[in-house]
Amino acid sequence: MTQTIRVDIVSAEAEIFHGDATMVIATGEVGELGITPRHAPLITRLKPGHVDVLQENGERQQFYVSGGILEVQPQVVTVLADTAARASELDEASAQKAKKEAEEALSSRTDAVDVSEAQAKLAQALAQLQALERMRRNLKH
Amino acid sequence: MASGREIKTKIKSTQNMRKVTRALEMVSASKIRKAQDLMKASRPYARHMRKVIAHVAQANTEFSHPFLVERPNVARVGYIVVSTDRGLCGGLNSNLFRNLLNQVREWQGQGVQVDVVAVGQKATQFFRRIKGVNLVGSVTHLGEKPKVEQLVGVIKVMVDAYQANGLDRVFLAYNDFVNTMTQKATVDALLPLPLVAAELEAHESAGESAYAGVKLEQKHEWDYLYEPDAETVLEHVLGRYVESVVYQGVLENLASEHAARMVAMKSASDNANKVIDTLTLVYNKARQAAITQEISEIVGGAAAV
Repeated sequence: MTQTIRVDIVSAEAEIFHGDATMVIATGEVGELGITPRHAPLITRLKPGHVDVLQENGERQQFYVSGGILEVQPQVVTVLADTAARASELDEASAQKAKKEAEEALSSRTDAVDVSEAQAKLAQALAQLQALERMRRNLKH
Repeated sequence: MASGREIKTKIKSTQNMRKVTRALEMVSASKIRKAQDLMKASRPYARHMRKVIAHVAQANTEFSHPFLVERPNVARVGYIVVSTDRGLCGGLNSNLFRNLLNQVREWQGQGVQVDVVAVGQKATQFFRRIKGVNLVGSVTHLGEKPKVEQLVGVIKVMVDAYQANGLDRVFLAYNDFVNTMTQKATVDALLPLPLVAAELEAHESAGESAYAGVKLEQKHEWDYLYEPDAETVLEHVLGRYVESVVYQGVLENLASEHAARMVAMKSASDNANKVIDTLTLVYNKARQAAITQEISEIVGGAAAV
C-alpha cells in the first residue's frame, strides 16, 4: 500500500481541495517544495504560484495560489491560500492583461510604493500564466 | 366597554405595526442568504487557520513569539465584542452581553481589569455605560459586506496592547451561527495561543468532527522547519490568524443578526395578527351590542306609544 498524506487547500473564499495525496508540490518563499508523507513539520510562506497534488491513482491536480501559508505535519498538509483556484479555471486572457498592466505600471515608475505593488502584481500574473502553461503541457502528454 | 371607534383605531395602528414587522422580516429573509454564503465561504479558512495555530502552540518553537507565551499572572484581559449595529433582532445582543458581563464580573472579582473593543453600535453603546470596563476602541457600520481592512484598527489596538504587556489574555465574543433558529453566544480565546489550543482540544475530545486532528501525539518535543526563518514566518502567520478569526466572528455575527431579526419579526407579525383578531372580535361584539340596544329601545318606544 502506498502511503498517503491528507491535503487541505483552503482560501478565504472557499474550500478548494480536500483529499489524500502521495505528494504535494508548492512554491515556497525560498524555493520549490515537494512534500511526501511523513515529512518533518514545516511552515513557510508561499509565493504566487502553483500547488500540485499528486493523487494515489496517478492523477495530478493543479491549483494556483496568489500567496499564503503552507503548514506540514507528518500526516497532514494545510495550504492557507490568499486566493486559490483550480488551474483549469484560470483565464489566460485576463492573466495576460494583468501582466501587461503590471509591466506598463513598472515601466512608467511613478513612485516607490506603486512599484512594489506593481511588482507583486506582475509576479502573480506570471505565476498564473506559468500554471496554465504547465497544465497545457500535461494535457498533451 | 370601549366604544367602536376607539377599538377601530387600535386595530388600525396594530395593522400598521404588522406592516412594518412584515417588511423587516422580508428584508432580513433576503439578506440572510447573502450573509450566510459569505460566512460559509470563509469558514473553512478560519477553521484550518485555528488548527494550524493549535499545532504551532504545541511546537517547541525556537523563536518565542509573545503570542505563544502564556503569562502566569493575569492582571488585565481584553475582549473583542462583536455586536449588531441595529436592534430589533430579539435577544441576540442582550444574550451575548449578559454572558460577557458574567465573565467580566468574575474577572473583576479576581481583581483583574477588563478592556473592551466594540464592533458594532450596540456593543459600543452598551459598554460605554458599564462601570469598571474600559472601552478602548470601537468600529461601527461595517455594512452588509464587511471587509478585513475595516477591522484592522480595532485588532491592532488589542494586539499592540497584548504585545506591550498591557493585556494578558484576549478573547473574542460573538454570536455563532448554528442555523436560522439557533445562534449561540460564544466567547473564544484569541491570545495567547496555548489557551486556544486547549480550547480546540476540548472541542475535539467532545467529538466535534470539524476539529479533528487538532491534537498532536507529541507536545513540545518538536519544532518546525522554517522557511525563510522562524521570526518572519511566525510574525506573518500569527498576524493572519488574528485577522481571519476576528473577521470570521464578524461574518458569523452578521448572519446571526439577520436570522435573529427574521425570527423576531416573524413572531412579532404573528402576535400582531393575534391582537388584530381579538380586537376585531371585541369590535364586532360592541357593534352588535349597540345594534341590539338600539332595536330594543325602538321596540320599547313603540310599545309605549
